Amino acid sequence: MKTNELTLTNTLKLLSEKKISLTDLYGDTFAAIKNLNPTLNIYLSTDTDAEKKARSVQNLPLMGIPVAVKDNFCTKDLPTTASSRVLDGYLSPYESTVTTRLHAAGGVVIGKTNMDAWAHGSSTETSDYGATKNPNNPGFLPGGSSGGSAAAIAANCATIALGSETAGSIRQPSAWCGVVGLKPTYGRVSRYGVIAMGSSLDSPGPIGKTVEDAALLFEHIAGHDPHDATSSPKSVSKFRDAVHRSIKGMKIGVCYGDHPKLKGTPASKAVESAAKLFESLGAKVEFIPLSSELKPHTILTPDFAIAVYTVVQRGEVSSNLARYDGIRYGSDRSKFGAEAKRRIMLGTFTLSKGYSDKYYVKAQQVRSLYIQNFKDLFSDFDILLSPTSPGYALPIGASANSPMFGELEDMLLESSSISGLPGINVPSFYDSKTHLYLGMNIVADYWKEETMIAAAAAFERETPFNRWGKQTV
Amino acid sequence: MHFTPDDVKKVSELASIPLTQQETETLATGFTQTMKVVDTLSSVGVANVEPTSQVTGLENVFREDEIDTTRMFSQTEALANAKTTHNGYFVVSRVLDQTIDP
Repeated sequence: MKTNELTLTNTLKLLSEKKISLTDLYGDTFAAIKNLNPTLNIYLSTDTDAEKKARSVQNLPLMGIPVAVKDNFCTKDLPTTASSRVLDGYLSPYESTVTTRLHAAGGVVIGKTNMDAWAHGSSTETSDYGATKNPNNPGFLPGGSSGGSAAAIAANCATIALGSETAGSIRQPSAWCGVVGLKPTYGRVSRYGVIAMGSSLDSPGPIGKTVEDAALLFEHIAGHDPHDATSSPKSVSKFRDAVHRSIKGMKIGVCYGDHPKLKGTPASKAVESAAKLFESLGAKVEFIPLSSELKPHTILTPDFAIAVYTVVQRGEVSSNLARYDGIRYGSDRSKFGAEAKRRIMLGTFTLSKGYSDKYYVKAQQVRSLYIQNFKDLFSDFDILLSPTSPGYALPIGASANSPMFGELEDMLLESSSISGLPGINVPSFYDSKTHLYLGMNIVADYWKEETMIAAAAAFERETPFNRWGKQTV
Repeated sequence: MHFTPDDVKKVSELASIPLTQQETETLATGFTQTMKVVDTLSSVGVANVEPTSQVTGLENVFREDEIDTTRMFSQTEALANAKTTHNGYFVVSRVLDQTIDP
């Protein structure tokens, strides 16, 4: 086995036992990048000094491991473009808190990964630098917006990766690429130095090969940051330890299986099988019926969440992207791509005089209904299960001419995202004919990431769908 | 809500987004489609429901009003990404009307 194919956990084990070296790890990782990047378009830039940097931090907990970082994290040593021509060649004069913490723990940013421009999308097709292709089957999309980071893991072009999620941007590409993506509770991981999309939603998080890998990186990047006033002062646990926690007695709610778009689909069947598995492991599983209004023991239809998310996110986008005027950095506003123009303008409209009560305030009120619904459900359940995406990865070109592509592909994630809840994607099925994966989304209550990590790890141990899940060294 | 190309033009001015005629027409169709989804919200009852603008529950997050020298840019750093500078300043387009007498 080549060293770039190792999980983070096994890489650290073998490095500490001196059974592999940083020379092996960087040699294998960069060979994979050189071989695959021209066709898959995963990285927008790579750091040729990465191995040297790794040597200088090898005594730290992450021992110099190579990390792929989404191109919306500001980094001083590599350009930060958010995959938009507006920021072509922009070199940030400061570093994001997350990458600062990554360096402090001994992780090395080996390159910046492709994404939907400004994180607007769920395909990477809105990138101004071309789409990334799904490493499992290059005729298909990797998902997005953190598509480059998820593809880097699927293609073994990094040991672990960083992504960011507004609604689905970590979990959906992880589902389509067959990897693990963890979206933290909003406020758990600092947004400082991450190019803002929807400020009341944006949550940076890890994308890894296994649940344990994601939990370990999460441990290093989480926690209060005085530079982000919305980051939480709550203490951070040893998330990695939750991997071995028993799920006996855990109360699990299964959601959305009765939605017309999901009934009888492979994605839904995979979750039903998972529910049976959890039951056999001692969990108490219950199906939660869908409802179009707030009612006890039901889950609100995701249909309204699509609308809430569309209004809230585009409103915040129009405000956040107002700063790009080409004066202090970047190019002028004529360089925005089609999707950014669409979102900025729709947000400008829904916030404009005479319309903001009708659209923006109304959306924020319906957002409150979703939050209340989840509060009620989490008084009865520990975690909620659903498919991550309604189906498998879609073919290259699928997002063209669909002004709501992302919103529809992320319809199962928006309710929990607008509520600020944490969630994790685990591979839940593998189609050996197409080499594509389905993903399951496990959502926990605010600040209870450990509960969802425990359930995700138990599922990974008991099923064959994660290709690194049983890697032994 | 139905969007016409004129509606799109008005919003493009508000958002300062230059558009071609073709883009204006495509966006009018796209916005009409998107607003159809957004308009489903009108069927949801929200009487006496407070709007949510943030989910953390944090209130009044303050810091000391002190200069943090570790986060200061030098003039060179601040100007490093600007396309045009003059004597250590950013150059911006004229925004005041040139025809008005002083």
